[in-house]
Amino acid sequence: MSGVEWIIPILLTVITAATPLVFAGIGELVTEKSGVLNLGVEGMLLVGAVAAFVTATVTGNYFLAVAAGALAGAFLAFLFGVLTLSLMANQVATGLALTLFGVGVSALIGQDFVGIPVDALPKLAVPGLSDIPVLGPVLFGQDALVYLSLFMAALVSWFLYRTKGGLILRAVGDSHNAAHSIGYSVIGIRYLAVMFGGAMSGVGGAYLSLAYTPMWAENMTAGRGWIALALIVFATWKPGLVVVGAYMFGGITILQLHAQAAGLDVPSQILSMLPYLATVVVLVLISKDESRIRKHAPACIGKIFHPAA
Amino acid sequence: MGDGGTPHGALKPRLELRGITKAFPGVLANDKIDLKILPGEIHALLGENGAGKSTLVKIIYGVLEADEGDLLWNGVPLRIASPHAARKLGIGMIFQHFSLFEAMTVTENIALGLPGRQNMAELARRIVEVSNNYGLPLEPHRHVHTLSVGEKQRIEIVRCLLQNPKLLIMDEPTSVLTPQEADKMFETLRRLADEGVSILYISHKLDEIKALCHKATILRGGKYITECDPTQETSKSLAEMMIGTNLVAPEHVENATRGEVRLKIRDLSMETSDQFGVNLSQINLDVRAGEVMGIAGVAGNGQVEFLEALSGEVLSQDPANIQLDGKPIGKLGPVERRNLRLAFVPEDRLGHGSVPEMDLVDNAFLSAYSQKKLLKAGFIDRSTTTAFAEEIVQKFDVRTAGVSHTAGSLSGGNLQKFIVGREMLQDPRLIIIAHPTWGVDAGAAAAIHQAIIDLAENGAAVLVVSQDLDELFAISDQIAVIAEGRLSVNRNIREITIEEIGLLMGGTHGAGERKEVSSVA
Repeated sequence: MSGVEWIIPILLTVITAATPLVFAGIGELVTEKSGVLNLGVEGMLLVGAVAAFVTATVTGNYFLAVAAGALAGAFLAFLFGVLTLSLMANQVATGLALTLFGVGVSALIGQDFVGIPVDALPKLAVPGLSDIPVLGPVLFGQDALVYLSLFMAALVSWFLYRTKGGLILRAVGDSHNAAHSIGYSVIGIRYLAVMFGGAMSGVGGAYLSLAYTPMWAENMTAGRGWIALALIVFATWKPGLVVVGAYMFGGITILQLHAQAAGLDVPSQILSMLPYLATVVVLVLISKDESRIRKHAPACIGKIFHPAA
Repeated sequence: MGDGGTPHGALKPRLELRGITKAFPGVLANDKIDLKILPGEIHALLGENGAGKSTLVKIIYGVLEADEGDLLWNGVPLRIASPHAARKLGIGMIFQHFSLFEAMTVTENIALGLPGRQNMAELARRIVEVSNNYGLPLEPHRHVHTLSVGEKQRIEIVRCLLQNPKLLIMDEPTSVLTPQEADKMFETLRRLADEGVSILYISHKLDEIKALCHKATILRGGKYITECDPTQETSKSLAEMMIGTNLVAPEHVENATRGEVRLKIRDLSMETSDQFGVNLSQINLDVRAGEVMGIAGVAGNGQVEFLEALSGEVLSQDPANIQLDGKPIGKLGPVERRNLRLAFVPEDRLGHGSVPEMDLVDNAFLSAYSQKKLLKAGFIDRSTTTAFAEEIVQKFDVRTAGVSHTAGSLSGGNLQKFIVGREMLQDPRLIIIAHPTWGVDAGAAAAIHQAIIDLAENGAAVLVVSQDLDELFAISDQIAVIAEGRLSVNRNIREITIEEIGLLMGGTHGAGERKEVSSVA
């Protein structure tokens, strides 16, 4: 038994590293499926993280804290929607601005909270099941948000491919002109999708500041928003593959931490680079098969919709 | 129903428009338009591009709202606020540019156009039932991007039929069909009319309207001109009501002395990189000096890929696949080909044919700088280029306030005249023209046709790719048909009938003859 005991902490940390990516990735997937490219994921993660952390320290209520994270993310996404959907600003530029805005505003809100510790999100324990060696703590001893992230991935997958609402959302992303001509409210549907994406990123941020490292530090997302964006391309816009990708990147993140701890004779900077390097490599590999991307990518992604014509 | 008269004279009109007016910034798109459609009537809406047909239809379908005027549905005045409201009343619309979702299945596409929830399996069953019932067979589980244009149109029609429409609006439905497909669609429409469905049929193909429609309303420049019985009119009289002046058909003298072979295409095959593209397969063709070679075909059968190969945007495998004056050019890029005096009018006017944000002088420079020597020591010779742009404007009757205006500010027809003029004035040995009059009004089209014929008579080789058979018959000496990336053997225009071309467009190849051509090469 002792041979596999060492793997439990690794698996546990992989799950915690992957969960924020699952939230952000699934949320942005819905946004992109509706034909909107929101590059502000990093910013929405940060405001989610700070809002949740501040609420948790002030109220001590984790439910309220996570809700505050979701609201903060959705609010930022709403601003993005006003700019790109109603005022028709360029989505790429606005998304980049949203990230910069999120970095700044989260630092401002969080400046009095740096270094304050909170208790980590409590782990759920299923009596009996959690005591099973190895599998028990991995499968049945996680906090509520881990289960929520996987549930949301399944829910989104069901919504997109099994319901009329999901069909309409994909239709808007596939051809906004056609959707408009049969009478769907392209702008309205996109607002909902964008705000759902923001709320999910906000929860992902809340997970970072409440569970992954229960504290607030400026810029604590460390580029996870960008990895989430890359994940979607990696997953060719399929919810199941987003989860797989998130766990893969989570695994690489943790692996490099353990490699550093084990004193591997490689400069630590190189090891820290690994998750980002892996992102670039995977994107290059995926992009080689252009037709695969084209088949699943929403055709209207990033295009401004002018309803008059 | 074939009598062409008013079929149900005593009935209340299903739809009546009174004094519909709609203004956009700078234009009055609809100016006090009246229209009356009876139950079971096939009613043509006839007019040139810019006559206001699309605007009027969008008002009926609830996409746009009229500024003034009344709309009466079965005699009751009402306001149609959205396409949903229109469909609820029983108004169905089939769009010219399909409102289909390429990445989805037939069933999903149809479900999107229906109100409420659907059981997908049940819907698929109904699609098969209705589509077979009306002779419009569809496979519900196919993805739209794998279907032919004709099949795509069937989806639109079936989508409307599933909602038991009272009024069906069709916007230029046959522009993408082979003649045989169009005939089949007419049968369906006549049957629907017999069942009491009113049909508003928008087209500028006069023969079709004469054959199909009971009534016609003619618009010109946003104004109501008249209502008439198309079966009592000639194509010429309808056209003149549409245009408002007398129409001069292009003069086409058969060129008895065909010159030497200018363009020689041998075994040109090409794999497309586009998922929705078409592979070119073993294309052989000779175009001689002084002749107009027409390439017919339904859109999406390899025209785009063929034109890319000819222009040099995509290089061929073997330089000898394409030869100009005996010189292999298959591996040369567009600029090098232009230097050999190959001129090119691409399909896409805005983007390929011109840079919309640049003025006409700069646009004239872009493709002609080498032929017309518009560079002076590496710098743009602005005065010579301006003179050249003005020459184009003057010789090709381009209506613009001046050459300093942007290409994007010109109307489609005027921009097309400008681009055609720019290429023709470079004195090409070979000119390749894609869809010369697509979206161009009849007056400008006649001018462009005459220019093409004149150019050939002056000794240039001309290759025209078009979907419009009337156009190809008016200007070509030889015609070949492209279908599924293969090119039929070319035939003299006087020895081939529309029916034969229609069969070739549907993909029936003269395979035996093709082999002969290859062996000659």
